[in-house]
Amino acid sequence: MHAFNYESPSTLADALKLMKAHGEKARPLCGGTDLLIQMRAGVRQPEFVVDIKKIKELRELKFSARAGLRLGAAVSCIDIAENEEMRRNYPGLTEAAHLIGSLQIQNRASVGGNLCNGSPAADSTPALIALKARARIAGPRGEREVPVEEFVVSPGRTVLKPGELLVQLLIPAPAPHSSDAYLRFIPRNEMDIAVVGVGASVTLDGDKVKAARIGLGAVAATPLFAQKASESLAGKKLDDAALETAARLASEASSPIDDMRGTAEYRRHVTGVLTRRVLTIAAERARKR
Amino acid sequence: MEATTSNGKFKVIGTRPIRHDGIDKVIGRAKYGADYAFPGMLFGKVLRSPHAHARIKSIKTDKALKLPGVKAVVTAADLPEAANRLEQAGEMAINPHYLSMNILARDKVLYDGHAIAAVAATSPHIAEEALKLIEVDYEVLEPAMTVDAAMKPGAPILLPDLRNREEGDKQTNVAQHYQFKRGDVEAGFRAADYVVEREFNTAMVHQGYIEPHNAVGIYNADGQATIYCSTQGAFDVRSLSAQVLGVPVGKIKVVPAEIGGGFGGKTTIYLEPLSVLLSKKTGHPVKLVMTRSEVLRASGPTSGSKIKVKMGATRDGKIVAAQVWMAYEAGAFPGSPVGAGAMTILAPYTIENLQIDAYDVVVNRPKTAAYRAPGASNAAMASETVIDELAEKCGIDPLDLRIQNGVKEGSPQVVGPPFRRIGFIETCEAIKNSDHYKSPLSGPYRGRGVASGFWFNAGMQSSATVNIHTDGTASVVTGSPDIGGSRASMAMITAEVLGLPVTDVRPLVADTDSIGHTDVTGGSRVTFATGMAVYEAAQDAARQLRERAAKVWEVKPEDVELHDGVLSLKEKAEGKAPMTIKEMATKLARTGGPIIGRASVNARGVGPAFATTCVDVEVDPDTGKVQILRCTIAQDVGKAIHPSYVEGQMQGGTAQGIGWGLNEEYFYDQKGILRNTGLLDYRMPTCLDLPLIETILVEVPNPGHPLGVRGVGEVSIVPPPAALANAIYRAVGVRMTETPMSPPRLLKAILKKRAAEETQSAAAD
Amino acid sequence: MSKKTLVETTINGEAVEFLCEPRQSLLECLRDVLELTGSKEGCLTGDCGACSVLVDGRAVCSCLMLGVEAQGKNIRTVEGLADGTALHPLQQKFLEHASLQCGICTPGILVSATALLNRNPDPTEQEVRYALAGNLCRCTGYDKIVRAVLDAAKAMKSGARPNRAA
Repeated sequence: MHAFNYESPSTLADALKLMKAHGEKARPLCGGTDLLIQMRAGVRQPEFVVDIKKIKELRELKFSARAGLRLGAAVSCIDIAENEEMRRNYPGLTEAAHLIGSLQIQNRASVGGNLCNGSPAADSTPALIALKARARIAGPRGEREVPVEEFVVSPGRTVLKPGELLVQLLIPAPAPHSSDAYLRFIPRNEMDIAVVGVGASVTLDGDKVKAARIGLGAVAATPLFAQKASESLAGKKLDDAALETAARLASEASSPIDDMRGTAEYRRHVTGVLTRRVLTIAAERARKR
Repeated sequence: MEATTSNGKFKVIGTRPIRHDGIDKVIGRAKYGADYAFPGMLFGKVLRSPHAHARIKSIKTDKALKLPGVKAVVTAADLPEAANRLEQAGEMAINPHYLSMNILARDKVLYDGHAIAAVAATSPHIAEEALKLIEVDYEVLEPAMTVDAAMKPGAPILLPDLRNREEGDKQTNVAQHYQFKRGDVEAGFRAADYVVEREFNTAMVHQGYIEPHNAVGIYNADGQATIYCSTQGAFDVRSLSAQVLGVPVGKIKVVPAEIGGGFGGKTTIYLEPLSVLLSKKTGHPVKLVMTRSEVLRASGPTSGSKIKVKMGATRDGKIVAAQVWMAYEAGAFPGSPVGAGAMTILAPYTIENLQIDAYDVVVNRPKTAAYRAPGASNAAMASETVIDELAEKCGIDPLDLRIQNGVKEGSPQVVGPPFRRIGFIETCEAIKNSDHYKSPLSGPYRGRGVASGFWFNAGMQSSATVNIHTDGTASVVTGSPDIGGSRASMAMITAEVLGLPVTDVRPLVADTDSIGHTDVTGGSRVTFATGMAVYEAAQDAARQLRERAAKVWEVKPEDVELHDGVLSLKEKAEGKAPMTIKEMATKLARTGGPIIGRASVNARGVGPAFATTCVDVEVDPDTGKVQILRCTIAQDVGKAIHPSYVEGQMQGGTAQGIGWGLNEEYFYDQKGILRNTGLLDYRMPTCLDLPLIETILVEVPNPGHPLGVRGVGEVSIVPPPAALANAIYRAVGVRMTETPMSPPRLLKAILKKRAAEETQSAAAD
Repeated sequence: MSKKTLVETTINGEAVEFLCEPRQSLLECLRDVLELTGSKEGCLTGDCGACSVLVDGRAVCSCLMLGVEAQGKNIRTVEGLADGTALHPLQQKFLEHASLQCGICTPGILVSATALLNRNPDPTEQEVRYALAGNLCRCTGYDKIVRAVLDAAKAMKSGARPNRAA
């Protein structure tokens, strides 16, 4: 691994100062489960590594029925998975966080880091998209918010500019009769990167869908919000025909590639399969709320 | 039939004591190769080719040498020319000329990851930085990545000097063609009522040991070198390193460290001569440890293959003819296990008419090494699924078809004399009578498959000494690195013979200066052959103990017997009360000095192994993913010395076979660059992917071994891919002819079948 | 080379100080600086779990943590599971069930299993399998490992205690 300097500021202000001072040469470190691998492979070679785990705002996990969820960028996946309120209110995001890598990885990795890594296959990102999450970013010019589906711009690259940090993820409170779910397809039962990942949230109005959001992972250069597929469900009963249409539209929204994890053809097919399955699970959960 | 010792039933053999080296391994004290450190030690790293096939035009190392902390750089220019001839190393033959070219590339690089240069520096990070400063100028050549690509006319030639007997002086990638024939194949097929013919492709896979290759080399001013490394064969490391370095064997001592898995992959050398060369150049101990990516790119996986099988049977289930064409990827240098594949593919069956053609083909991939029953799993994937299909056509239970045609004592082998006592049919019957096979399997998309496997097992050379200590305990010393608990078995054999508690026998694995020559831990030979040497060494110690007692009692040695650790006269006599070994041990100094029992063997009487595996699967018809619901293996294990570790071999091999069948594969891109260079995308089974693996130990003692032992280490990996394919067929109706049967491949087959059925029913309407 | 930093930490119950470069992983610090070679290097990408250690009671891959991040942390390695010569029940059960063959994955698996039993003293087979999914074993097929963990849980419930809080 190349040589670098390490800092671990304890306030957001100090962290931002360091990030500003070192600009493109700096890279924040949270769980390190992607960054250390990338540094070893020479893919990223920051001269300054800024450990953000000691910063209060980034470690916050705060839920209120009115304001929704404030999820600090450095909250570990296991802290999310073991949080009762998270499991009750955002079961889809929680299950996504709980299947990133092994427990060893979840004990270190964060949903914020999963997003900032910019991988198209990040498990928690489609779940965040389904929940209409917004990313709260702080930087030299103050703060800004970006919808999560716009956060990743290409594989490994995000909207973060030199000097900026992802502080928190802001997620609306779940509407009545709504819930979410996340499914991914992997060849083994654990430890793999998603071949396809689909997150969905469903809000019901009686036996009809009031609103739905579908997020897709690993089927394009960035995680996607499957807008047409999501909107196709509004006002419909979630029957076979509606599921079939949503599945087809989700498949059509994807633009996957052939690689060692699956062929494009396979990914498109499985996108449809998982979309059907994940919507069914989310709706079942929504019915109970 | 129960094997016994001269004094009746076994007391120690067949029990399950705690292994002697166990505590060190659960408290983190056991020393593996990478755990060694010496004062002043430097760290080495290896520069590797980024191309699959290229000519090396120049290598410049001066910039690297100038980096502070860098102490030496070596390239192929530092190695002598090595002999160009085949030598046996473990289960594989090795040519030192090619071995040397694999250690450091000479004129050409032949695969992605091929070693080019090595650096020694004061820290691994500095050594790594230095690699980036070595300038290599390449002329990139077109690679040949598959047997098809390498065998077609006009294929890129890997080794300009390679020739085979059939093609005369023509440059070729085909290193060898083997042919085996019996009877009249054409006539055989004419007599068949059913003929099944299929073509199979299996992907290259890796042994996947968790411990990467490692070596610490220490070169002394007097020209003596010591190598500490994790290896399956310290003596092989010594002789192969000596050949590559151009020094006599006596100049090298190899100390085998604890070894973190090998499965055949640690029977050859990679880093060992480099550690010595770098140590010689620097005067410091030098440690090299591969990264996982280096292990996958540049150690010795096993061959991918293309296999065509045609088999015919009569209506009543007699297999009357078989024809096989098979080509295996050797990697960059000759020496795939295709010969073994050819000799195993039909081995479980008596078939009057057969022909097998087998080709060893060089391709731009790492040189293959042994992997657990090398060559046999690929072969069985083909033959055992065709057998399943024949059984279906005949309307016979697949186990019954195997029993009907299966080999037994006196049946001919493809090569060599008829089989002696073997337990193939017994393994089929054990599965047939198992709770698993008798339990119904219900539910949609579920299926049960069976398959069998054969492996020769090996004999070869082993040495052992048994030392009687002054307190009457003993130590047993061998040269067989302990991969899976064999030290416990050696102690148990010694304890059985001497009549000592197993805790009174300390087993240890010695370095190459401290024990006689011992071949590799491989070929399932340690408990068989080294066990035979230990048995004889313990007998030798027992004989000496009887002689000493005779001296004490002033009788003839043949009047003394040793039972259960007690020396006594065959006929009781006044004033000559029985003595325990402990009591005798105190008298050794006065009766002639210490007792060392010793033996060496070039073991004959190898007993081959058979296994039959039954697996239940559930297939997700929308994604092609396979879940394993239940798995049972029945294996002929001869006499199980330590049943727990025998079960462990059966379970471990089964798990590897399942990984091979479902998800593991080398994934190269168009340019021949390996894409899955880590354990994230080289997908070995995790704990969540497997069920408990049920084992049935079928004990048919090997008549060629004093304790009935036959090798148990390898055959378990042979049946699983085919058993899975057969189970998948019963679950979703598709015959898979490729491994791995990964979700994309299986889904494609399912969708194809669905489309065909729709066309058919549309046509019928 | 960047400057070395002094790291103050607790390892296996003892206060430990060590010097390291920021680029050195915790695994490298344990093995090369502190000579605690029980934690093994299998992949350096967090995929095999052989380097697992407990950090403040949670299992992590020490290859994916920097040595400097250990500042102020409480670390336990395989060397710290036994109490002197008294083995942890997991260690004892691994020996009794023949749960190791080559033994290279054993330290990491013992650490993961310790983390599991500390949180869930009565796991199901499936829970054990999930907890160990990040620890690859290539020798055993996991059968005897899973049995040993379940048996250790049983033993600990009926009195055999871990000898020290991990």
